[in-house]
Parts: sequence; structure tokens; C-alpha cells
Amino acid sequence: MGFKIDCPHCGPRSYHEFAFGGELRAFAFDRDEDTDYAAVWLRDNAAGVQLERWFHSAGCRRWLNVRRNTSDNTILEVR
Amino acid sequence: MSGLLRKRVYLRAVPAERSYDVVIIGGGGHGLATAYYLASRFGIRRVGVFERSYIGSGASGRNTTVLRANYKMPESVAFFKQSFDMYRELSTELDYNLLMSRRGLFWLAHSENSLRLQRERALLNQAFGVDTAFIGPAEVKELCPQVDLSAGGKGHPIIGASYHAPGSVIRHDAVVWGYAAAAMRLGVHVHQGAAVTGITIENGRAVGIETSAGRVSAGVVLSATAGYTSAVAKLAGVRLPLMTHPLQAFVTHAYRPILHRIVASSDMLIYVSQTSRGEILIGAEIERYNTYSTRSTYSFLAECASRAIDLLPFTAKLKILRQWSGLCDMSPDYSPLMGPTEVENFLVSAGWGTWGFKAIPASGVGMAELISRGTAPAAIAPFRIDRFKDDRAIPDRSSAGTH
Repeated sequence: MGFKIDCPHCGPRSYHEFAFGGELRAFAFDRDEDTDYAAVWLRDNAAGVQLERWFHSAGCRRWLNVRRNTSDNTILEVR
Repeated sequence: MSGLLRKRVYLRAVPAERSYDVVIIGGGGHGLATAYYLASRFGIRRVGVFERSYIGSGASGRNTTVLRANYKMPESVAFFKQSFDMYRELSTELDYNLLMSRRGLFWLAHSENSLRLQRERALLNQAFGVDTAFIGPAEVKELCPQVDLSAGGKGHPIIGASYHAPGSVIRHDAVVWGYAAAAMRLGVHVHQGAAVTGITIENGRAVGIETSAGRVSAGVVLSATAGYTSAVAKLAGVRLPLMTHPLQAFVTHAYRPILHRIVASSDMLIYVSQTSRGEILIGAEIERYNTYSTRSTYSFLAECASRAIDLLPFTAKLKILRQWSGLCDMSPDYSPLMGPTEVENFLVSAGWGTWGFKAIPASGVGMAELISRGTAPAAIAPFRIDRFKDDRAIPDRSSAGTH
């Protein structure tokens, strides 16, 4: 389960240095109630490749976009 | 014949029927309990339970077997009290020894905030007839002399606790097997090694499932798959407010009985109990990121063992036997999600996070009633899936923090 995230600013670091920011979601507030509800509460929670946010809290303190396979925690891309 | 001389066949493999009144996806405690109560209390016996692996291979076999009812929202206290009361009668009802053992459970407070929470918890529990008392450090030491009141002398001593005397442990595998065997005696089919690969939808309603063994039509499809609920719901095109997080635990070798109580600390994020086999069982909080990987980590083991030694110094001498990880489907308010979805005849029993095992009987009987009568009984009605839409969340994080 332990894995490393290759931070573009700091290099490869243990995931312990990062705070998880959840899956990347499209926000579309105030369109209508159902869209708001879906944006705020519902998640894909994908068992597979997921686009997500990580905050390098013990490093450069920048937000990163990460593509990770949630089945085995392989990091596919960090930006 | 009775007792030890009786030979019983627990799970006889039967070929899947082409159609069932109710198809349940997931052969864990919740799925099997729902099947059992459908057959025993509501006369619905054409029920098929489909389990991808073997029964109890998921969260039902990975939890830390603690039973308690000391929750902190009125809806939750009532629901978990019902569940606990059902557990007490369950060995008799299922005709299976579940090795339930009453231990008494502490939730230790090391901070003013935690102390306030434990005091409120005790008061609310008492109002619902649940035996939880607010106690001071001296009483903690008296009830459990092994506890180090200074918590390792690191500046966060134990300043109080809530003590839930009925807190118990039970054999989790036995619960799964007991429900499965009792359900099968009533005619329920339990299919192991049968993966569900699709849910058939016609005109907005679920009418069956695709399995590795072929297509099965169904009047009602229920997902009871805990960590994998989002993936199963996706087969029906349903999105849910769930995130799957891993929770790790480990046990030591078996030792003579030394720790009778269950010791938990929500400030230190740890809980410790001794199993009936003698192993000291130690667990903690979920990992903060979502994943479906069940690989264990050394960092967890090291941190958690160090906290256990702070709290219970005798554990420093123990040898670790094994470590494992399970998946928790966490809901936003730390309360379960039970009920219909926007797809007609597709129901979900989910959001069982870190608190699902102790809810099995009440959730099973509640879901069975919902399936047979079409309306949710009062005990589970507040936990409907779309409660976030109209601001009726049941926030109970402080009750879920540890186990």
C-alpha cells in the first residue's frame, strides 16, 4: 500500500508527505439542485484509474494533479 | 443427535436458478443476514446470494469483532442498540455458537474536547437505555489495571473515559457461517465463486444480473458489497456518496488471558482487545486516501505498535503474528446508507465504513423488511441514501473514529 509520488518540484517522495485532496470533480454550482447535489456529495470512487488531487504539505506546499490506479496504487502521472 | 456428535453440512453447493425473487450481491454478514431474515421472518425463500470469492472474505472477515451500541446520534443509538440486542440472542436463533464474550469497553479521553464528547455520549446513551457511564482516571485504572494513565508520559494523560459495560467481542467468521447455514436450511442459495459482472436494467428498473455462471433474473437486486459498493452500483449506473478507504489491523501471538477489557482511545486513534484465542488485537483509523488495495504497510505497524505500548506497556514484550487490511466504504456523515436507489428494484446496503460488523443483524432484518413490504422500518428509514439532498445527514464521526 505504501507508494511514492514523483513531485515535479521536489522529486519522488513518500505519500506520507502528502495530504489527499480527493478525486478530481467538475464543479458546477447553482445550475440546478440535482447537479449541485451530485457535485457536492456523489463520487465515482473508481476501482481503477482515478484523477485526483494531492497537496505536498511536507514539501513544496503545492497542489498536484495525479493519475493513480486505486487497485494497486500505481502512480501513472503527476502534474 | 446433538452437540459435538452432530454432523452438519453447512454450505452445499447448488447450481444457480435462472431466476430468484431476490438476488443479493455480496456474501458477507450483511448480505447473508438479509437473506436469512427474508426467509425466516418474511417468507421469501427464493433468494440467491452471489459472492465473488468465499463468504466472509471481505470486511466481515477482516473487522476487529467488537460489538457496542455507544453511538452519539439518536437514530444511531436506537439502531445499534437494536443490533446489539439481536446479537445477544443470535447464537440461539442461528443454532451456532458465536462465542460472544462481554468485556466492557473504554473510550479514553486525553483532551478537553474528547472528554466533553465522552460525557455527552454517556448522557445520550443513558437516555436510550444503553449502559454507558462517564468515569474518571481512577475508575479506569480500577477496571483495567494494565492501562498506563500517563499514556506513555508524553504529555497527554488519560483524564476520563466513557465506559460501555456491554461492549463485547464475538467470533466474526462464526457470524457469517451461522447466517449462511441458517439461510441455506431455509432454502436460500448461497453461490461462492460467482462474480456479478453486470446488472440488467429494463425501463429504469433492475430485472436481473449477469454472473460468471450466466444470466439470472431477479425481482429485486440488493448490493451488500461494502468496500466495492461504488463499483457494483456503477453496473446499474448509480453514483453514491461513498469513498473506499483501507483500514489496517494486526494481532500478536496468543498469550494467556491478560486483557479482559476493550481499550480504545479516539485521541490516540487506537483500540486494543484480546481475542478468545489469546491474541492481542490492535487496530487504528482509516488511511486518509481512497484505495482498493489491501496491502499492509510497515509504517502503520510501527506507529500503531508504538501507540499501543504507550497505552498498555505490557504489549512491548509481545511478538506480532500477522497484519492485514480491509476496505471501508466511508459515507460523508459516518452513518450507513440503506435503501432504494434511483433505479427501481435496485437497493443498496452500504456506507458500512468502520462500523458495519456490529450492525449486521439490525441491518439484515431492516433491509429484509424493506424488500418484502416496500417501505423501510423506522429503525433504518433515517439512513436513506438521498438524505444529503434535503440536509438530513446523521453526522456521527466521533462514534466511528475507532472501530
